[in-house]
Amino acid sequence: MNVFVLIKQVPDTEAMLSVRNGTSINEESIKWIISPYDEYALEEALKLKEKDADVVVNALTLGPVRAEGALRSALAMGADNGIHIECNEDLDIETRARMLAETIKKESDTGLVFIGKQAIDDDSNQTHILVAEYLDMPITTNIISFKLEGDKVTCEREIEDGDIETVEMNTPCVVTASKVLNTPRYASLMGIMKAKKIELTKITLSDLGNISTEKKTFTKRLFAPPEKAPGRLLEGEPEEMVKELVKILKDEVKVL
Amino acid sequence: MSNLGIYIEIKKGKIQKNVKEVVSLAKSSGNTIFGVIFTNEFQNFKDELNGFDKIINVKGNDMVFHPDSFSETIAEIIKEHEMEYFMGSYSFKAKEIFPRIAGKLNECSLVNDCVNYNFGTGIATKPVYSGKLLKEIEIKNKLKLITLRSNVFPVEDLDAGSPELTEKTISDKIRSKVINVKKSESKSIDIMDADIIVSGGRGMKEKENFQILKDLASILNAGVGASRAAVDSEFASYNMQVGQTGKVVNPKLYFAIGISGAIQHFVGMKTSKIIVAINKDSEAPIFKKADYGIIGDLFKIVPMLKDELEKVL
Ligand SMILES: Cc1cc2nc3c(=O)[nH]c(=O)nc-3n(C[C@H](O)[C@H](O)[C@H](O)COP(=O)(O)OP(=O)(O)OC[C@H]3O[C@@H](n4cnc5c(N)ncnc54)[C@H](O)[C@@H]3O)c2cc1C
Ligand SMILES: Nc1ncnc2c1ncn2[C@@H]1O[C@H](COP(=O)(O)O)[C@@H](O)[C@H]1O
Repeated sequence: MNVFVLIKQVPDTEAMLSVRNGTSINEESIKWIISPYDEYALEEALKLKEKDADVVVNALTLGPVRAEGALRSALAMGADNGIHIECNEDLDIETRARMLAETIKKESDTGLVFIGKQAIDDDSNQTHILVAEYLDMPITTNIISFKLEGDKVTCEREIEDGDIETVEMNTPCVVTASKVLNTPRYASLMGIMKAKKIELTKITLSDLGNISTEKKTFTKRLFAPPEKAPGRLLEGEPEEMVKELVKILKDEVKVL
Repeated sequence: MSNLGIYIEIKKGKIQKNVKEVVSLAKSSGNTIFGVIFTNEFQNFKDELNGFDKIINVKGNDMVFHPDSFSETIAEIIKEHEMEYFMGSYSFKAKEIFPRIAGKLNECSLVNDCVNYNFGTGIATKPVYSGKLLKEIEIKNKLKLITLRSNVFPVEDLDAGSPELTEKTISDKIRSKVINVKKSESKSIDIMDADIIVSGGRGMKEKENFQILKDLASILNAGVGASRAAVDSEFASYNMQVGQTGKVVNPKLYFAIGISGAIQHFVGMKTSKIIVAINKDSEAPIFKKADYGIIGDLFKIVPMLKDELEKVL
């Protein structure tokens, strides 16, 4: 059974971001990582492979040349194949999701697609569901446990108010990983060495049939939000500070 | 004038509080405003539908929320009424429904979590990189799906009017089966809904100590949140985590207690109207970001704060 894991390369969470040319980030001196939730997705796929030797784990990314780095990391963790849709343009989200879905469709015998519950860069929070829709597969998001028996997937997911829902679906299907799902493994030295030798599959738009790349959304401006004015440290004995704080919250800024 | 639909979300038997923000913004556009409400008990909600020109009441045998049936139904409605906009509050349910609608329809674009949308220019503004930056996106597609961040848009006083009511049967297309729902044991308010949040970090030292935050929260009718360090130390559960890999919250008042103020935490709460920090380390970065700070031992300050609030509230 083929299993796909979507991997998105994003700036490190610590990264200080600055804007270049008004519409994109300055990529110089940024450290790139696999989007954190995608690591949970990958770990779950690797666990499945450990249980079932028939499982082939395909890490798939769409991005510029540097995104190869994310695939190498995924291979080092234990993915079997790395597939890179090379794309430097700022395409619409729907177009990117279609390219991801069409790439998955090229393989047969795909049982599962594991995705992170969201990416931490553009916060668009929709690619995973678009991919599922374009693949015409059911999807369960935000999962915290996962079980596969035959062609039945059972997973728990966190919903509103901390409630936990148990959901059943049939394969082929898509799940998106929450942080509680597992603890991603570290790549071993041997894994890293092995990953270097695996040849990546390169895919370009022309390999994917008729996907329209006509843009319908345009980034007009990217900018840093205004800085907040510096705050105020309260002074005095603890009792005085507490009294003053309550007074401010109640009477001055009126948030109580 | 075009047709603009709004998802009237119901949460715990009430219309979700941020729907009013969506209606207020939409109303300013001069379009015909359709409300889509999923309920078999329409009479319970009919007095809360100010601002709408038309209401579509979706009914059926199985009205339990399922993103498949809800999104399929809304996609049908959008097509039937040739809507050019469909909007909602960026809630848990919306995160499930809106991308599904986008995936089912052609010639449409979805922009989530907008902090502004200008009907004149067609430009949506949304936070990216966990709010480190803002992005302006012009949407030129025929159908624009837009979800709005909560607690950002002013709520206008809108006339009740007498919206024209039509009914629609819910789709039965469901592709995954919910076999159980386990209710959370904690009685506290979901931080996504809370106007006030009291959050604790590693400085809380032990799980049991979160009780003093819960006590404070109960006086303030607040939700209890946590830093990742507190969650990783198992003082708090993951659904309480605020930050880049937790929840992004936007309350009126946010208390960061025993939290140092790492960037990954800050981006999850920076848009709070007022931030109060309590920390014993005067060098803690949180003090650079808070509106009001108290340097001191939280185990002393928090109970004192609780007593003082009890007196005045
Ligand atoms: C990929 C990634 C994602 C992350 N995502 C998140 C996220 O979503 N949310 C998040 O919060 N973090 C996140 N982090 C972690 C983040 O970097 C910090 O490690 C974390 O926020 C620190 O939590 P803390 O402030 O509770 O702990 P610490 O940094 O240890 O701070 C504890 C604070 O408590 C104070 N203190 C101790 N005792 C007392 C006392 N008695 N009275 C008063 N003050 C006291 C100390 O002075 C200190 O400032 C992420 C990190 C990475 C790498
Ligand atoms: N360019 C991409 N390549 C691979 N996976 C992606 C890409 N963009 C988004 N995804 C996946 O879709 C999820 C949601 O992305 P987003 O819609 O950007 O929040 C992410 O966690 C990724 O796993």
